Amino acid sequence: MCTYQTTTLALEGSGKGAEGWFALTEASVYFDHPVHAGAGHTLNIDLLNPGRGPSSRVAVELDPGSARSLAEAILATLESAPAGQLTGE
Amino acid sequence: MTDAMRAETVSITGAGGDAIEAYLAQPLETAPVGGVVVIHHMPGFDAPTKEITRRFASHRYLAICPKLYWREAPGASPDDAAATARARGGVPDERLVGDVAGAIAHLKAMDGSNQKVATIGYCSGGRQSFLAACSLPLDAAVDCYGAFVLAAAPEGAPLSASPIGHLAKDLSCPLLGLFGVEDQFPAPAEVAELEKILTEQRKTFEFHSYEGAGHAFFATNRPSYRPEAANDGWERIWDFFGRYLSS
Repeated sequence: MCTYQTTTLALEGSGKGAEGWFALTEASVYFDHPVHAGAGHTLNIDLLNPGRGPSSRVAVELDPGSARSLAEAILATLESAPAGQLTGE
Repeated sequence: MTDAMRAETVSITGAGGDAIEAYLAQPLETAPVGGVVVIHHMPGFDAPTKEITRRFASHRYLAICPKLYWREAPGASPDDAAATARARGGVPDERLVGDVAGAIAHLKAMDGSNQKVATIGYCSGGRQSFLAACSLPLDAAVDCYGAFVLAAAPEGAPLSASPIGHLAKDLSCPLLGLFGVEDQFPAPAEVAELEKILTEQRKTFEFHSYEGAGHAFFATNRPSYRPEAANDGWERIWDFFGRYLSS
């Protein structure tokens, strides 16, 4: 199948792409055909800065189990971080 | 007769008079031949799509694949261009029709054209091939597992893929449909419904659905590749174009 379902969100942070570090402004999350991974479908994340052009992109293609593990690890890490440090400062 | 060909990136005039890039492959044949507009899949204008375009030239058709994401990502790699287009909501139907019209005009203006042109599209391009055939005068069209011709795209999908079954009455040419029985988008029920609509509209069409094949069974670089279905599908395509694109 070829899913069209895409979640886009604004975010703040930095990513490292083919040309080095750059500021991130948004992300796309979707389950669809990968470009590189050896699977029919993967959970794909594009971390983007459209203002810098299409090549300002950090991309991952994860098998579903890996994607869940990563999501859980992110949430667990945030939950265990000191509350005072979650403001971004 | 020669099997030599030339393949290169060219500029064509697309929707709204915009100059966009396209990949053109042509046999170095003196006799006029038919033309094929290749509509790429959602991953964009990638190496496998260029191979498909050259394949048509090797079978003595003029073949052109417009870069549908050119405006969002001129000069970007195909995967970056596809990601950008996805983030911006995909290709609007009206723009797709204009870009395909530009590709058709480019083919017909070539010295080697016999003035007959078809479209073929894969995945999202399958729906867009049907859309083009219902919107433009064509001699043939091929829909390879195009989803959301009849069914609505999933809730929350930002891409431009509203149902276009109501356009079937305007289908301008014979349609070949190639589908996988195990595909969910389009599911066999949607394929059957489209078949029913085309029959009611008295359109010339032929659909083939392959057992053991799902979506993207033509894609030789993906796990979805099904050689038996793909080989038979290519034979159907050569037969179909032989009937409708010959001089």
